[in-house]
Amino acid sequence: MSAFFSPFISKPDSVSAIMLKVILALIPGIALYVWYFGPAILVSITLASLTALATEAAMLKLRKRPIAPFLKDNSALLTAWLLALSIPPLAPWWLIVVGTAFCIAIAKHLYGGFGNNPFNPAMVGYAVLIVSFPVQMTHWITPQGMGAELGFGQQWQYIFSGMLPDGLTLDAVTMATPLDTLKTQLHLALPANEILTQPIFGHLAGHGSEMIALGFLIGGLYLLAARIISWHLPVAFLGTLFLIAGIFHMVDPTHYVAPVFHWFSGAAMLGAFFILTDPITSPTTRKGKLIFAAGAGLLTYLIRVYGAFPDGIAFATLLMNICVPLIDAYTQPKVFGKKEKQS
Amino acid sequence: MLNALLVMSGIAVLLGAVLGYAAIKFRVEGNPLVDKIDAILPQTQCGQCGYPGCKPYATALAADEADINRCPPGGEEGIRKLAELLNKEFIPFGGDTNAPKPKSVALIDENTCIGCTLCIQACPVDAIVGAAKQMHTVVTGECTGCELCVAPCPVDCISMIVIQEKITNWKWKYPIYALTPAQ
Amino acid sequence: MTTLFKFHGGVHPPTHKAESTRTPIAQMPLPKKLVIPFHQHVGNIAKPQVRAGDHVLKGQIIGLPEDGISSAVHASTSGTITEIGMQVVAHASGLPDLCATLVPDGKDEWIAHSGIDFRVATHADVRQMLRLAGVVGLGGAVFPSDLKLRPGTHKIDTLILNGAECEPYITCDDMLMRERADEIIRGAEIMRWVLGADTILVGIEDNKPEAIAAMQVAAQTSSDNIQVIAVPTLYPGGGAKQLIRVLTGIEVAAGVRSTEKGVQCFNVATAQSIYRAVQFGEPLVSRIVTVTGNVSDAQNLEVLIGTPVSDVVAYAGVLPDTDSYIMGGPMMGLPLPAASVSIVKAANCIIASSPKLFPPAPPAMPCIRCTRCAEVCPAELQPQDLYWFAKAREFGKAQEFSLFDCIECGACSYVCPSHIPLVQYYRFAKSEIWARESEKNASDAARERFEFREHRIEREKREKAEKLAAKEQAALAAKQEAAKISAAPTETPASAPIDEKQAKIQAAIEHAKQQAAAIKPKNTEQLTPQQMAEIADIEARRARIHELAKSEAEPPRE
Repeated sequence: MSAFFSPFISKPDSVSAIMLKVILALIPGIALYVWYFGPAILVSITLASLTALATEAAMLKLRKRPIAPFLKDNSALLTAWLLALSIPPLAPWWLIVVGTAFCIAIAKHLYGGFGNNPFNPAMVGYAVLIVSFPVQMTHWITPQGMGAELGFGQQWQYIFSGMLPDGLTLDAVTMATPLDTLKTQLHLALPANEILTQPIFGHLAGHGSEMIALGFLIGGLYLLAARIISWHLPVAFLGTLFLIAGIFHMVDPTHYVAPVFHWFSGAAMLGAFFILTDPITSPTTRKGKLIFAAGAGLLTYLIRVYGAFPDGIAFATLLMNICVPLIDAYTQPKVFGKKEKQS
Repeated sequence: MLNALLVMSGIAVLLGAVLGYAAIKFRVEGNPLVDKIDAILPQTQCGQCGYPGCKPYATALAADEADINRCPPGGEEGIRKLAELLNKEFIPFGGDTNAPKPKSVALIDENTCIGCTLCIQACPVDAIVGAAKQMHTVVTGECTGCELCVAPCPVDCISMIVIQEKITNWKWKYPIYALTPAQ
Repeated sequence: MTTLFKFHGGVHPPTHKAESTRTPIAQMPLPKKLVIPFHQHVGNIAKPQVRAGDHVLKGQIIGLPEDGISSAVHASTSGTITEIGMQVVAHASGLPDLCATLVPDGKDEWIAHSGIDFRVATHADVRQMLRLAGVVGLGGAVFPSDLKLRPGTHKIDTLILNGAECEPYITCDDMLMRERADEIIRGAEIMRWVLGADTILVGIEDNKPEAIAAMQVAAQTSSDNIQVIAVPTLYPGGGAKQLIRVLTGIEVAAGVRSTEKGVQCFNVATAQSIYRAVQFGEPLVSRIVTVTGNVSDAQNLEVLIGTPVSDVVAYAGVLPDTDSYIMGGPMMGLPLPAASVSIVKAANCIIASSPKLFPPAPPAMPCIRCTRCAEVCPAELQPQDLYWFAKAREFGKAQEFSLFDCIECGACSYVCPSHIPLVQYYRFAKSEIWARESEKNASDAARERFEFREHRIEREKREKAEKLAAKEQAALAAKQEAAKISAAPTETPASAPIDEKQAKIQAAIEHAKQQAAAIKPKNTEQLTPQQMAEIADIEARRARIHELAKSEAEPPRE
């Protein structure tokens, strides 16, 4: 009868259920991913999941922690899925394996494991990969119907052996992301509105990728409705991104694209609803969440426009992760009865 | 080149002035280390540290003449606090110091006491009352459990009674933090 | 209609109140034996006034309030006191406390008692009457009611009657309001009179429509300004601070008395017992207890204080798979150390618990900082931070983050997806901080006494030296005088009185030794080697200290 103390009842909820719901919320985006870019993404998700679970189990064993409850908490799976969605699906198989193993072993367990990691593990993995393997990290699949199409077998073959079907070159089946393309072409002094008329930019921000972003938005709205995440993070992030992009766009539309483009390109939606909202690495106070996400929005924009990397979500997230203890310390809300000096 | 030098020295002078001002403005008055250490020590005045009281031990600690693990009544927690204050490594009890014992108070067997007043003289906190040839008794609330009265008693009528847990001094325990269900 | 305010957070646990409200309040039959603890209230334990073998009448004082915060304890029925001793009581520690065992004679014969007209009596008389009637807060806090009616520095505008009863399972206040609304309102009139309050607000959660209706009818019979207000059902809306906030918008911070803000709050059952005490002189000898959970006939019973819990649950038909009992509700209640403990004034509810009814919590996972706890915390704390500090034993930080504003309502633990026993951590941290504070006070006192003693010894030494010097001087003068006279001095052995003294001490020691041999002191014979070693050690230490002290006393030679 140890530890039988009040409260004796608890809400039927668990960490693993929360993580599972977040994973499920990724599915609309993934479905659209498959629709527009073929099933290669499913291969990387599977590879990442297996690596994550294996690394998690190995690390737990090394650290002499119980394995079953932590494997069942679904957090390793979520990290794996987020990383898989952040890197090019046609990247060689070892890239995702190395990245995922790094996420779990270094970014998560070396910092004390589940609940103690100061940095978002998936973003640490992404940052390590893009710094270490920049070439492989830029080979994104051309959307279906926009170039040479690879079947599932051909994608599979390329991921595992690097062999392309005869007559096809890498450049024919991959391309830079719309964000990257935009940046390169702006450097060539082309006006923004002209660049955006090219077919790869689709209706809003990129053929196919804008639809995936929409999928993540839908998943994110589900998470909001299910009260898994609080509105503060996505609203502050997207709001800041929109505001700052809007100001730049209004001042100089030839060099700065419209805010909607920023919303639906790159990992903005994924970041807003799935990455920044990782509770372990984000602030706990409401005000802190707003500051954190607004800072991430600002940094994302600056990195996208002025930085060397095509997208800024990962580095913006990591930079803001560092600030979390500070933000929390300075945004402690006043407690009941101590809000104002009552006379 | 000259400009850079000027700018750098200008900054150095400015920052130096700020630091100097802060040193004067925010000077910490007094509060000698001995008092800070003495505040951590349990004030049993038992001499188990080898010094005749808590203050002398605190003085020795402040002068870095004694180890921080010489105070059994303070417990490991006390060592930890001293380590933190003096910026030293934690060292466990050992060597010629006693291991900490459960907190106790002295009790005089009133049938045996002959009223010799030796224990009264030994008590460092005046927690024993009585007069010559009158029965003595310990004021339990003031007793620090130092045991210094035990040895002087010529008739061995003083015993140390371990303080029992009662409803009034009971504490909530540290919660059991299990990751796996209890077997 | 008054405008209602909101407090932050709160949860909606399943209420389970219907089970115990099907039948009216029943009278629990007289048990075979009553065990009445002397400490049933906040403050000092009552001082026993009876001895084993005494015959007592129902309502007779068996324990008198002792100093300041305390209250009286009474015999709940007529009978014989068979024992005054330590028995296990309803306390989280499971430790025993001083209790009187009363075997009823079956006559249930009242002691002579009579009420007073509170409008004629002085306020002090009313308060003294309540103190001697043992009336304490019956919502569970058991704070002496007379002290809450003391005049303060602030004018009391509003008297709040707490009928919210937000905890799941508990329905004793609900049933009391349904059946004895008039007595509650009469009690409220007495309190309003003594406090000098302008209005009375009765807050009842809107899941108790029958109670609200009954109270509204009763309120109309009063000439006082009484409003019965339905408040939203939201746990812990029945917490005094939360109810005050909801009804008046006033937030009473931790460590602040609500009276400083012009509000005083009483439980409805307390109001009723105040009425019985003042109007009829009846002390608090029974209370309404909800008996529910794993029983066949969940109901409310009027139970004599001191009735064993086992009798009460047996009356309600306890089911065989019951493995433990909870006093209070499932959110803040107390697991009882044994079924033999007795019903006390704080016992508003007894829940028979089975593993099926309250399954043990799943193993705790690490905190993921999801802040669900912060969202439900009615004190607007950051429970995840407090947990972190309590776990790391960083008590200073925990206090900085307002640990003592925590009301231990359990809402945070209730919603925690990691199933961390958060409240347990806070209780641990609080009691550790209290213990440290009292240790600190004790060591400060010891230091003061030690320093005073040093000072005294120093002074005595100085005085002695001065005296000696004076004597020597006198002796020298006398000697010189004597030398001058050159008379032959008569020798008196100066050592004789000392020898006499020594002989007396020796005789006393001898005497004591004989005595000691006769009664065999427990602490000197049959010592274990370890004890002997300890004694040897102490003596060695003493010798060392003496040496040290001596060397210190001697001025260093240069």
